[in-house]
Amino acid sequence: MTSEFRLPALGADMDEGTLLEWHATPGTRVKRGDVVAVVETDKGAIDVEIFMDGVLREIVVQPGTKVPVGTVLALLDVEGNTPAPSPSAAGAAEGAGRAKISPAARRRARELDVDVASLEGTGPEGAITVEDVERMMSSPRTSSPSPHPAPAKSEEGAGEGQRMREAIAAAMSRSKREIPHYYLSHTIDVTAATDWLAAHNAAAPVAQRLLFAALLIKAIAGACRELKGFSGHCRDGRYEEAPAVHVGVAVALRGGGLVAPAIMDTADKSLVALMDDFRALVTRARAGRLRASELAAPTIILTSLGEDSVDAVFPIIQPPQVAIVGAGSVADRPWVSEGAIVPRKVLTLSLGADHRVTDGRLGAQFLARIAEKLVQPGSL
Amino acid sequence: MSEPVRITYREAVRQAIREALQADSRVFLMGEDVGKYGGCFAVSKGLLDEFGEERIRDTPLSESAFVGAGIGAALGGMQPIVEIMTVNFSMLALDQIVNTAATLCHMSGGQFPVPVVIRMATGAGRQLAAQHSHSLEAWYAHVPGLRVVEPATIDDARGMLRAALACPDPVIVFEPISLYNMQGELTAAASVVRLDGARVRRVGNDVTLVTYGASLWRCLAAAEALAGEGIDAEIVDLRSLRPLDDATILASVRKTRRAVIVDEGWRTGSLAAEVGMRIVEQAFYDLDAPIGRVCTEEVPIPYPKHLEDAALPGPERIVAAVRRLFAHDQ
Repeated sequence: MTSEFRLPALGADMDEGTLLEWHATPGTRVKRGDVVAVVETDKGAIDVEIFMDGVLREIVVQPGTKVPVGTVLALLDVEGNTPAPSPSAAGAAEGAGRAKISPAARRRARELDVDVASLEGTGPEGAITVEDVERMMSSPRTSSPSPHPAPAKSEEGAGEGQRMREAIAAAMSRSKREIPHYYLSHTIDVTAATDWLAAHNAAAPVAQRLLFAALLIKAIAGACRELKGFSGHCRDGRYEEAPAVHVGVAVALRGGGLVAPAIMDTADKSLVALMDDFRALVTRARAGRLRASELAAPTIILTSLGEDSVDAVFPIIQPPQVAIVGAGSVADRPWVSEGAIVPRKVLTLSLGADHRVTDGRLGAQFLARIAEKLVQPGSL
Repeated sequence: MSEPVRITYREAVRQAIREALQADSRVFLMGEDVGKYGGCFAVSKGLLDEFGEERIRDTPLSESAFVGAGIGAALGGMQPIVEIMTVNFSMLALDQIVNTAATLCHMSGGQFPVPVVIRMATGAGRQLAAQHSHSLEAWYAHVPGLRVVEPATIDDARGMLRAALACPDPVIVFEPISLYNMQGELTAAASVVRLDGARVRRVGNDVTLVTYGASLWRCLAAAEALAGEGIDAEIVDLRSLRPLDDATILASVRKTRRAVIVDEGWRTGSLAAEVGMRIVEQAFYDLDAPIGRVCTEEVPIPYPKHLEDAALPGPERIVAAVRRLFAHDQ
């Protein structure tokens, strides 16, 4: 039977998008999660994943067309009663046969989540090599040779920056219009955590070193598991707790603006695995290579303004989420401990939460849980 | 520990035979012209005077007969070292080696091991023409029941014979004709070399050259030229052609992601083909380029110097094969 593949909303405030390129052609067999198209939104070019298995039958919207959310982009023959396409169907449609890619490069691309279709090979017979894949990761998308002009200029060009600004303005205005925020802040001694981190990093190989943010992310995920009402979505006045915790991390882009992609299944990951994901996410965010699912997935967000910055941040919830945690800088401050004033590493955590879903009392417990986890970093 | 000394490959082999004869009265050497003439390649020169006719035995020109006699002696408790002048002539003894030496231990349920060591010269480079210059190692490496080794360095030439004699299986030792005059340093490590296992002779990151025998030195020359182009080659010396040391080959290829196999045998049905296939079977997803091979041209080895050189897998051909793995416009 035939199914319609429609333009999904790639963010709370997206109402239209420009189709930039197709990664599939009629006859291509696709499965849930495959990136089939790239769509330009206010937040840059986003890889759009398909959410059903099948064979692409017909492309309805051609590259370069701007269409509203919900528009049918392509028609699919879904699994069950589909004539099997010939294995060469996809290649044949490209004309010149399959693009050459070395086995090692194909595996590396999968690890790094790089779309090989956009790469130009420098190996023998023009094959894509590991180096080509890795070069893609270290440079913004715009520098890669692409048949389509300007797929993601999120880091350059006034027009792009302006659109990003408008997108943030729309989301934040809606948040402040609709969500009755309450704010709490809690200043804690994190010396134990910074000491533990220093010891871990001194002993660990470079690839396994952690940033303080990794501890924070993990602590938030743990607190979300223990207390309901912070990790989920509120739609049409109804709150639903998310089945899995995906902590989004606000990443500032070099050209201005920010995005907050999710570290999937945050609570289930070890600190090292979480750090790996975090690093990869930041790299891809800055290269304009985020997946739609990562942008839509966060169930709660952490915003941290980094070292040597401000003491505290009072962030605005990103709808339809219901909570956001802010972290100021970890700083040396006088601290009263056992009746004496001693220098300690101090951090102010803050919580912006949705009063329709929780009250300040529960919010206070939530912040306290995060703090408890941070002072016992070994158990994270 | 004594200071390293410089000796020739020939002298290293002679020292190894001499040491074996001194160490064990069951050891004896036999072959065509090994006694009075001192060996076709002068390897056994002086040994007849030192050890006498009982232990340094000149044989009739019948490879089948004297290799068979060596197998019989091994079955009878001796430790024979049989020299065949070149691998080309070993064809006459192939029945004894493949049908007898390689099978008896198996067919007797382990009761009759055949601890014979058969040395033979191999390869081209000395203008000895088509009946004395071939590299037929792959034929022996094909046969279960045999151990096949090819020392490429002074240390291995000095040390592998002892390990071969200690091995209960028949061991074929190939000695590249073109290396007999090569000089090099003999180190203390020669006294403890193993019979099996490949060795990394040059560490590099960009491409693995898998080779053995005289081609090791062609690869080292090629690696120097490649270094000038910014290509850092790693060189794996197989040493043992049966069994092959997959682990060392694969570890190197997984690191460099590219491999060129350099083999003085002919390409068709070669050891290079076997090594390449093992890489594809076990490290396909680590490869960043097709595997390359540089082998001897498929002709009987020519007599004229320039044609002999052109037929062999020389450094220029190795460099060109490596370049093809990097540049897409060649």
